[in-house]
Amino acid sequence: MLSRNSARAAQRLAQAATRQQPHLQNATRSFATVNSDTFKPTKFGGKYTVTLIPGDGIGAEVAESVKTIFKADSVPIDWEQVDVSGVDSGAPGSAEEMFRESVASLKRNKLGVKGILHTPIDRSGHQSFNVAMRQELDIYASISLIKNIPGYETRHKNVDLCIIRENTEGEYSGLEHQSVPGVVESLKIITRAKSERIAKFAFSFALANNRKKVTCIHKANIMKLADGLFRNTVQKIAAEYPTIEVNDMIVDNASMQCVSKPQQFDVLVMPNLYGGILSNIGAALVGGPGIVPGCNMGRDVAVFEPGCRHVGLDIKGKDQANPTALILSATMMLRHLGLDDHATRIAKAVYAVIAEGKSRTRDMGGESSTHEFTRAILDKMETV
Amino acid sequence: MLSLRAVAAPVRRQCFTTAPRAVATLSFQNQRYYSQNKVAGFTGTKDASGRFPVSIIEGDGIGPEISQAVKDIFEAAKAPVSWEPVDVTPTLVDGKTTIPSATIDSIQKNKVALKGPLATPVGKGHVSLNLTLRRTFNLFANLRPCKSIAGYKTPYDNVDTVLIRENTEGEYSGIEHVVVDGVVQSIKLITREASERVLRFAFQHAQEINRKKVRVVHKATIMKMSDGLFLKTAREVAKDFPDIEFDAELLDNTCLKMVTDPLPYNDKVLVMPNLYGDILSDMCAGLIGGLGLTPSGNIGDECSIFEAVHGSAPDIAGKGLANPTALLLSSMMMLRHMGLTEYADRIEKATFDTLAEGKSLTGDLGGKAKTHEYAAAIISKL
Repeated sequence: MLSRNSARAAQRLAQAATRQQPHLQNATRSFATVNSDTFKPTKFGGKYTVTLIPGDGIGAEVAESVKTIFKADSVPIDWEQVDVSGVDSGAPGSAEEMFRESVASLKRNKLGVKGILHTPIDRSGHQSFNVAMRQELDIYASISLIKNIPGYETRHKNVDLCIIRENTEGEYSGLEHQSVPGVVESLKIITRAKSERIAKFAFSFALANNRKKVTCIHKANIMKLADGLFRNTVQKIAAEYPTIEVNDMIVDNASMQCVSKPQQFDVLVMPNLYGGILSNIGAALVGGPGIVPGCNMGRDVAVFEPGCRHVGLDIKGKDQANPTALILSATMMLRHLGLDDHATRIAKAVYAVIAEGKSRTRDMGGESSTHEFTRAILDKMETV
Repeated sequence: MLSLRAVAAPVRRQCFTTAPRAVATLSFQNQRYYSQNKVAGFTGTKDASGRFPVSIIEGDGIGPEISQAVKDIFEAAKAPVSWEPVDVTPTLVDGKTTIPSATIDSIQKNKVALKGPLATPVGKGHVSLNLTLRRTFNLFANLRPCKSIAGYKTPYDNVDTVLIRENTEGEYSGIEHVVVDGVVQSIKLITREASERVLRFAFQHAQEINRKKVRVVHKATIMKMSDGLFLKTAREVAKDFPDIEFDAELLDNTCLKMVTDPLPYNDKVLVMPNLYGDILSDMCAGLIGGLGLTPSGNIGDECSIFEAVHGSAPDIAGKGLANPTALLLSSMMMLRHMGLTEYADRIEKATFDTLAEGKSLTGDLGGKAKTHEYAAAIISKL
């Protein structure tokens, strides 16, 4: 059932991508899914309803910033906010209830903007809500866009890579058991069906966004069966996309190349855990999790969340958070909906403010608070 | 399920056979006990001429050239080491990759070996030689320091990280099976015994190199049981080392912070399960300019093997273009492991001075010198 559905979804993506091809020349960056019939978010009274999950840590502050900006630009969106939290509130069951509500809301609206939910370490704590949400809604592809922001200098120049990560299986399967005391086995699951669908997604994405190369990241020299299956599947799918260059690289080498010569990468596709590692390395190259946008695509639901997933509990409530990642993720949603005008205006304003350098949050080496930074973007939006 | 048990069984058996030692160490909660009985202490003895015999695996490709450079430098520094060349050409015995028994005997006798790069033979059934060596000698910890080399500019300055990786289990257990066609399970195995051993080594190593902090890198938010066990064991082991500050960090945060700014890691020893260690140690090497400049030591209970982790570079083999720095740094790590610290310090100073000076660098560092010219420059500084 699963494989049939996923194959169909991937096929649709692929068709959408090929349909889009002729318009590529004048297209701004958009997603493989735009204009496809994969998603049909409901529109009432000319407005889309979008689930907003601010998340823990800095979530509330940066979500506030997004809401303010969207309102100022009169974006035709109604928010349906669900304040689910992964931090233990003490009241048993309340977190799970909110979690179920958020899943229901996403199922209904098919669209979401989401911050990151905290996951406790102790074993008695709940499973990661972030992972559970992706598994429940089958949001299988995660995209992180790692690109230098003009005017914001970091150690590395001209980085422009895109990390596509399988989101629903691999090391995050959650299957673990203790064989005897002191001996634990944790299962990593790789399936051909899911590898195929993420590979198809990656190639369609590369095609739709005018990218040239897809690199498959794996550790097939050690995990010969599991990562071997993933790598072989990607290579097989690659044959269907002759215009896109394909190669593969072992994950440890990729990490090393990433910090020394990140310019060599274009689109990278990989299983779950490696995606977590590389998106963090990538984010660090261009200036941290505060500026890396991302989105998660499923069969029916698309959730837009920062591409490098950090909760930021340490700066919660201090008005220091950088809302750029969530704002840019939200503009990706606008493009996904075809609201390109709004998206372009907002994104332009954000980039202009950062490039000017007068108003920057602390993680970018500035002094501005979240509110001041948001204010600067609002002011800029009136002129661009 | 049945097949899974069958495959997993040998690994478990191995755990049980080594378990009593762990129990013994646990029952003596006494600080002095550990400092006297180090995990993986060097127990080699001098030969008749007053030198420590060391097995040397020269390796393939550029291996012989860079080994020669190291030998020349050791000779000039009068390091009390005699080399015993051994051969590791693998053979398949009962379908298992096996190295010659003379080699095993040599390394077991000398307790220490230096190894150049090896090309894993391509063909059905061969496990990588590195893995074979690790399994043969039960080398449970991989020690990977990375230090910026003055004279070789990268986007990162003054990096000085020390990373210890569990080397025998985790994601590299080798237990995998196809459940049905198109569905593969790969098992990550974490045991308390192996975790405790590597963690204890990490704390002791921190004491040895005068670092006051040990940090565990984990992903226990997702892998609550397996990484959870590693983390829990770490907390217990930390109690035996009250002078060392212990904390834990999520893998994601480590990746992010290290690449953003590696300097805060200069006073810490990082310790982690196998796969994370593999990825992060290579990433750290990337920070300072690649695998050609990083040493590596594989530490076992009885024997330890120090090696260059870069490839055998068959394209430049025999041309005198290879850079011996990685093997040389590994050999210094070996000297320190053997307690010959003063020789290590002298050679290290000469090497870093030569690199900083930048007159006799090999091609990979942007110089024009041949391997032997680079070695000669180091020797002249000794």
